[in-house]
Amino acid sequence: MKRAHNIAVAVLVLIFAASLFAGLIAPAPYASQFRDFVSASASHRFWLGTDDLGRDRWSRLLYGTRISLLLAPAAALLSTLLAVLIGGIAGYAGGWWDRVIARVIDLFLSLPWLFLFLIVRALLPLNTSPLTSVIVTFTVMGLVGWAPAARIIRAGAQSLRHSDLVLHARACGCRGLRLVLVHIAPNLRPVIFAQFWIAIPTFILGEASLGLIGLGVAEPLPSWGNLLRELANPQAVAGNPWVLAPLAVLVIVVSCFQLLLPNKEFSS
Amino acid sequence: MKGVLLIIAITATSLFGQWGGELRFCLRSDPKTFNPLLVEDEASETVRYLTGGVLIRVNRLTQELEPELATSWKISRQGRAIAFQLRRGVAFSDGTPFTADDVAYTVRALMDPALHSPTGDSLRSAPGNVETTVQAPDRITIVFPAPVAGLDRLFDQVAILSSRSPKKEAAVLGPFVLARYTPGTELVLERNSHYWKTEANGRRLPYLDAIHLDIQQNRDIELARFTRGELQLINTIDPEMFSRLSKQEPALVHDAGPSLESEMMWFNQNPAAPLPDYEKAWFRSKNFRRAISAAINRTDICRVVYYGHAQPAVGPISPANRFWFDAALKPHAFSPKDALARLQQDGFRFENSVLRDREGHAVEFSLVTNSGNKSREHIAAMMQQDLVAIGVKLNIVTLDFRSLIERISQSFQYEACLLGLTNYDLDPSSQMNVWLSSASNHQWYPNQKTPATPWEAEIDRLMQAQAATVIPAKRKAYFDKVQEIVSDEAPFLYLVTKNSLSAVSPKLRNVQPAMIRPQTYWNAENLTLAPAQLARNGQ
Amino acid sequence: MWIRRIARHGAAFLLTTLIAGLLGATLVRFGPGFETDEQQLDPRLNVQSIQALHASHAPERNVLAFYIQYLRNVATGDLGVSRSLARPVASLLSERAGVTLQLIGAGIAAGWILGLALALPAVWFRAPLYDLACTALGGAFLCVPTAVLGLLLFFANGPVRFAIALLIFPKVFRHARNLLTDAYNQPHVLAARARGLSAARIFLRHVTPWAAPQLLALAGVSFGIAFGAAIPIEVLCDLPGLGQLAWKAALARDLPVLVSLTIIIAAFTQLTNAASDLAIAACAPERA
Repeated sequence: MKRAHNIAVAVLVLIFAASLFAGLIAPAPYASQFRDFVSASASHRFWLGTDDLGRDRWSRLLYGTRISLLLAPAAALLSTLLAVLIGGIAGYAGGWWDRVIARVIDLFLSLPWLFLFLIVRALLPLNTSPLTSVIVTFTVMGLVGWAPAARIIRAGAQSLRHSDLVLHARACGCRGLRLVLVHIAPNLRPVIFAQFWIAIPTFILGEASLGLIGLGVAEPLPSWGNLLRELANPQAVAGNPWVLAPLAVLVIVVSCFQLLLPNKEFSS
Repeated sequence: MKGVLLIIAITATSLFGQWGGELRFCLRSDPKTFNPLLVEDEASETVRYLTGGVLIRVNRLTQELEPELATSWKISRQGRAIAFQLRRGVAFSDGTPFTADDVAYTVRALMDPALHSPTGDSLRSAPGNVETTVQAPDRITIVFPAPVAGLDRLFDQVAILSSRSPKKEAAVLGPFVLARYTPGTELVLERNSHYWKTEANGRRLPYLDAIHLDIQQNRDIELARFTRGELQLINTIDPEMFSRLSKQEPALVHDAGPSLESEMMWFNQNPAAPLPDYEKAWFRSKNFRRAISAAINRTDICRVVYYGHAQPAVGPISPANRFWFDAALKPHAFSPKDALARLQQDGFRFENSVLRDREGHAVEFSLVTNSGNKSREHIAAMMQQDLVAIGVKLNIVTLDFRSLIERISQSFQYEACLLGLTNYDLDPSSQMNVWLSSASNHQWYPNQKTPATPWEAEIDRLMQAQAATVIPAKRKAYFDKVQEIVSDEAPFLYLVTKNSLSAVSPKLRNVQPAMIRPQTYWNAENLTLAPAQLARNGQ
Repeated sequence: MWIRRIARHGAAFLLTTLIAGLLGATLVRFGPGFETDEQQLDPRLNVQSIQALHASHAPERNVLAFYIQYLRNVATGDLGVSRSLARPVASLLSERAGVTLQLIGAGIAAGWILGLALALPAVWFRAPLYDLACTALGGAFLCVPTAVLGLLLFFANGPVRFAIALLIFPKVFRHARNLLTDAYNQPHVLAARARGLSAARIFLRHVTPWAAPQLLALAGVSFGIAFGAAIPIEVLCDLPGLGQLAWKAALARDLPVLVSLTIIIAAFTQLTNAASDLAIAACAPERA
């Protein structure tokens, strides 16, 4: 599996480099509209065809990768860190702390967060750049998306609290933060990494869903989310399969991330 | 001999239509109300149209008025009064006789200020009570407190209620009656066995036994069901789907020409808006507005967004509106060169691909529009690209509809807005609350205490003048002048007028697609199904 | 003692549910577009009618007062009337609940079965290629918008509810695979293997109890994930369930419906999480 690990690294580096150097690689700016070539199929000129407005899909995929590849993992990292902190405290501390935090988690899972996004959007200045707007959106997603992961991490921390490992560490005089960071958190790694990995496509798709109500990436900035919105018309996709390209890239990236994550099974 | 009889039978069938069968098509949402006086959404309007009986009907093809439950009418007192001669021997769907008392009851209910009915407000040109005088069971005169422009046409939207039936609003005079409603799923309308219209041989219409309306918002699913034969018509079909379907089966689709719907944008000219002063100065400048208009390629929008099934818009009146459209007006021509020339007149300069005003501010503004409308988002993206040519940076802000309405009518926290315009009524008096400077729907600067500009004052004068006279030619002359001012001053930049697109199964007969709503089933009582479809329905 | 415990839990449940309702109402009330109505843009309406539209929002302006009145009405079985659909909220909820429960119930069950069915061979046979294939498959389904999966199933004449299963199984697979793999690497399992215990016994008596708490926690969270996925599926596939109702109510700022739905979701979430906590306690009482 070391080979798979290396291939995953190579693929991610390639995709990341391609997106960073999109300005050099892309045959056209992502906003340019070739109005005589609307919804064109793949060709020598347009490698992945064009979209409804005649924009080169390959160029938009390159630029869109940059946005989603940086921001979705960042949001996933933020939500996972919050989940580890909150779920970890609840599971480790137990008692009153655990009960209160469990209720807070349940509250977070129940509230209509859509309105928070609407409020945040309304507070942004009118001429906020699309990039700033999408950074804010992903940040808010990270800040409110921790609750499901926190529940699972809490359960894991509860298990470890009573384990021999922790008992041993306590007997040796290990307490508080050191106990959490050195003994509990590393043993929650499988769960934490699983959660992180799952959160990346969840946030990308979340951005796509928010786009349906105007809270996604503003035109003309591309992102995987707004490129994936083209899939909402399956019959049109059947006639133009190049629309699936962003989905393919997303699947490859997510799979590569998964292969990169430390895994006891494959390291032994 | 047998051959002759066969030919006669076939001819008779095609002349008189096949009886029976169930027509099936979709509504985009649940009706918000079944009270015909409170209808304001499309789904409720569909139910009202198919079940309600009206005194006068606007023929959707000819756009002329035709007698329905009223055999004749006369407008008097300079448009304040209308007298109806009613059809005799008509009954509601439960058998209750239709008389002038029912008309009086309906009008009084409609004109109740507490009802806040859109149709009632159209008839309420001034405060005061409406007087209804029943001279006979088949004669009634209605007197309004002030003249109502286009009075007779407005009765096309007034479905008559029964004053005596125990079924109240459920007793109807239209060709169909509501039989079943499953919220979120379907409505079934069945034939009204007391419907007054008959075929030439005296048999009561409609031909159809029922109309089945499925509540379906997803247009892809609607199209899939239509191509599978589950639905017999799509009343309004998206241009992209129209294009796709026309490649597969061209005979199924119909482009009836321009509709009454168009897309337009405007700039925020409200001095109280929380915008920098220099931006307000831009938006209040006619040259600026005309320049932006000249920089937008409307032909490309029609071609790319609407697949050629639209045309550059001229003004508030669509060419579909035969009487009121001012044929002398032309759409603003696409010319970035002219745009820059106009801007230079106002002291703007175009340097290094950036347009700057007199004070050196780079011209950049945002355009708000509602999210979820793909065509509108595409139009905004195309405008964004077009304006690059004159150095203007356009930022597109999509908002959900409620947030958008708050910005454009309450907080005024916007710079420019892109929205659609749908005229329910052919008569421009229905747009009074758009053109009067004191009105709340005077979008670019609503609720003015006094007109902010001489041209808005002139529009106020002209609109009131056209509302005060009943002579059509005079009214047209006044409103033509309004259209000319609007074209010149460009408070609204009219972009495109959409075509009326529909899809109709060949199994459905007597469909004559029209430009105005409801495009395909405006003659529902005359629609019939082919024998094969009847066999499929089990008849 | 038990009665006190139950009373304490009951009070916490009630308090959390009430707070959720109030916070939900607050979010809706202070979100943009609250007092607006699409009818405002109808040029036929005169100024008095538009003022009447604004005035109709008056009872909802003060969130606390609205909420208190709402709770008083709930005590008599009245959940209010939907502003956007003009129907009693209670009727709307009862008509639509069945559709959603069927969708998420079947989806969760199928998702867990599929996830576990794929995870167990991955843990037992430890074949890297198999693991890679399942990871890629799960990753692929995680990347497709759930509503699009639903639409694809619809056009293929398949069961739309399976779309939720396709969303849930990758998460179950990934967590179950990691947890069970980790469990097999625990010292006590290694010791059991060294002592020659059978594979089945090791799995049932040593591995499963170790992994169960977190899997049960995931089970609790699955309901929230499934309901979240139900919304776009019902909206895009035109299924008249609670998800579609929630979406329409959110777009229309329909406060009575949104508050009722928030309270129901809060209660449901707490019940499912409490059930999973109880199951965890049953599996590993020393950890409860």
